[in-house]
Amino acid sequence: MSHLTDLPAWAAIAVCGLLLMGAAMTLIGSIGLLRLPTFYDRLHAPTITTSGGTILVCFASMLCFAVLQSRWIFHEVLIIVFITVTTPVTLMLLGQASLYRHRFEKPQDVPLKQGPHAEKDRE
Amino acid sequence: MRAWFPYPLLSTALLLMWLLLKQSVAPGTVLVGIVLSTILAWVLLKLQPPRSHLRRLGHFARFGLHVIADIARSNIAVARIILRSRRQPVRSGFISVDLDIEDENALALLACILTATPGTAWLEHDRREKKLLFHILDMDNAYTWRQTLARYEASLKEIFQ
Repeated sequence: MSHLTDLPAWAAIAVCGLLLMGAAMTLIGSIGLLRLPTFYDRLHAPTITTSGGTILVCFASMLCFAVLQSRWIFHEVLIIVFITVTTPVTLMLLGQASLYRHRFEKPQDVPLKQGPHAEKDRE
Repeated sequence: MRAWFPYPLLSTALLLMWLLLKQSVAPGTVLVGIVLSTILAWVLLKLQPPRSHLRRLGHFARFGLHVIADIARSNIAVARIILRSRRQPVRSGFISVDLDIEDENALALLACILTATPGTAWLEHDRREKKLLFHILDMDNAYTWRQTLARYEASLKEIFQ
């Protein structure tokens, strides 16, 4: 087991900074989820958490364990890659479902479907 | 060569992922990784995904750097909007743009980028009309986002031709 007290001061400061910034980003994302008024606005808030927050926290972890074990550590990059690739699926699904529902219930609030099928859908 | 490695890029990516997960480059690990990535590429061949050819990997790297810079910038911008949202109501809205990309993999990549970027959310793409509907959090920057999207479109077309 490695001990966190072995971390030199410069690395400790950098790791703390990255962790705090990442945590702040995640907190801001959550605040946004709470504060923003409409569903489409709220779609944007969690992306801060998944992009900014995750990346900063993963960098902090990489730096911390790379310095402690004095070797390069890259496998946190996989977390960043997989989260970036999988989040869009959920968000697009939510966005499309909400768009479909709003077009049905309150068509004046959202842009209508364009193209040849539009007339048929509106009836 | 094609018969053995139907998806060279995918196989390379899988091998890289395997090595990262195992955290070693010992000959045994590399060998198992190569076997696994080759077999998984054959499995994918059975699924017959749409194939596209990447050109100009140098352009691809530059495009990636641009995207990372844009994501970092919009992270800060959206954080500011959320923190200000009590005093200053959010002006969000829908934008519809013409998007002349046919390649499915390029579209998937663009969807990932637009959704991973805070402040933009991909909503609907009409393949027949070639129109993309997306939602942005800051309508004051609508013009900038249109320009960014046009830049992405040009780069993706160049890479996926």
